[in-house]
Amino acid sequence: MEKFDVVIVGGGPAGTLTGWHAARAGASVLILEKRQEVGSPIRCGEGLDKRGIEKIGLTPSKKWIAHEVKGAHIIAPNGMKLKLTEGQAGNEVGYVVNRDVFDKEMAKLAIDAGAQLRVKTSVVELLRKDGKVNGVRTKFMGKIKDIEAGIVVGADGYESQIGRWAGIDTNLKPKDMFSCFQYHMVNIDIDPDYNDFYLGSCAPGGYAWMFVKGPDEANVGLGVQGTKLHKRGDVKRILDDFVKSVPGLAKGKAISHIAGAISACAPLDCVTADGILLIGDAARMIDPITGGGIINAGLAAKPAGEVAAEAVAVGDTSKEFLQKYEKGWRALIENKLWRNYMAKEKVTTFSDDTFNKIIEAIKDADMSQISSLELFKAVQAKYPELVKDFEDLLM
Amino acid sequence: MVMEVDYTVCMHCGACVGSCPLNAMFLHETRLEFLENCNSCGICEKVCPVGAITGSGRVEG
Ligand SMILES: Cc1cc2nc3c(=O)[nH]c(=O)nc-3n(C[C@H](O)[C@H](O)[C@H](O)COP(=O)(O)OP(=O)(O)OC[C@H]3O[C@@H](n4cnc5c(N)ncnc54)[C@H](O)[C@@H]3O)c2cc1C
Repeated sequence: MEKFDVVIVGGGPAGTLTGWHAARAGASVLILEKRQEVGSPIRCGEGLDKRGIEKIGLTPSKKWIAHEVKGAHIIAPNGMKLKLTEGQAGNEVGYVVNRDVFDKEMAKLAIDAGAQLRVKTSVVELLRKDGKVNGVRTKFMGKIKDIEAGIVVGADGYESQIGRWAGIDTNLKPKDMFSCFQYHMVNIDIDPDYNDFYLGSCAPGGYAWMFVKGPDEANVGLGVQGTKLHKRGDVKRILDDFVKSVPGLAKGKAISHIAGAISACAPLDCVTADGILLIGDAARMIDPITGGGIINAGLAAKPAGEVAAEAVAVGDTSKEFLQKYEKGWRALIENKLWRNYMAKEKVTTFSDDTFNKIIEAIKDADMSQISSLELFKAVQAKYPELVKDFEDLLM
Repeated sequence: MVMEVDYTVCMHCGACVGSCPLNAMFLHETRLEFLENCNSCGICEKVCPVGAITGSGRVEG
């Protein structure tokens, strides 16, 4: 049987960046991707924050940056606009990328470091020895083939099946699932220096976004909370209504339809088992407020790849040994995931009126040098009842 | 098994698979398979962004 130190299921950023780190740490690495093409079709808004890119060790490249913005507008249900500069907006602002190109470049990084990648190859089952995961059963062009692994990495995205097959609980409650639909639109009238985010009932429980890809083109989409979906096909219908309601967008044309889902849950208690670890969307690492997942996947990829390589090198891939990975990724992103999860639990209950009040209160504050703490304080001064449940989050 | 997929509508995005509480679906690149443990709870039907899934009898069209 063919054998690799590290077998990674999924050729998205979580999988390829883990493969990059594991290969650099000296492991033999195989990445398996069930689709026939890495990065396509796209399932993403394509917004990335600049600092995040640096933090995960990537050099920004013209190859995958489609556009740069100066900031973001947060738009209240009554139309009031809050302007945030790049520094204030933080996460998800800065670059808008071409994910199909970005994902291929990440795959190339892993391959350049020595990893192998196979497309159109599905993992259909986990192999076990003495109850411990030790390989995968794959299907390529109708043929079944077993591959032995020192350790398996579940980087299979929102589907998150590899972990569940291994007995790791990655199930989501409907309140923590967000179903998304998006159009890549052209011929629209926009301010290309700003990404726009629309709050309130235009996207029940979630928000609508516009990530600018050029002077007159953008990704226009939205996510709706699982508990607020009622009829079949609700999400596409809600997006169509939204697009019609925004003057600059209504006349545009879609050159691509994008579907997908994201999780917005509390950080999982455990993303490892004997012989296996999970990363990225598969490990439910998406930021519960922004819905962004690429940077968190990239941050966790370093401890994931390095610990996987080390575990195989020392011959101990037990769950106990893999606690080193649990500690590593948690130190990097767990606090923020918790904080933003608590915030999301609150924000998803806000009425349009509440959003209007909050934006109005912040708008009056001095925005020149404002932090998120200052924003909360500004709202608190005007509408103390709105932020009562938030107070503990400010600590 | 009563769940059905309209492949003229399905975009193979996997939203249904990751939302299935029983892990009872598999996406073969572009074709969805419902496994034996599917109990037709209808979550996939609700979560599908484009409404490609029918059959639970629990979600309005
Ligand atoms: C509509 C939408 C908008 C978004 N916007 C943003 C954004 O603006 N910014 C941001 O940072 N994030 C955004 N996200 C989230 C972001 O797309 C994900 O966090 C990111 O793709 C996570 O990468 P990943 O590698 O974990 O998973 P994925 O990119 O989903 O990759 C998983 C891969 O595994 C493969 N796979 C699954 N099962 C198997 C199997 N059994 N065998 C072999 N291969 C398998 C899949 O085909 C897939 O290619 C958005 C998501 C959606 C749905």
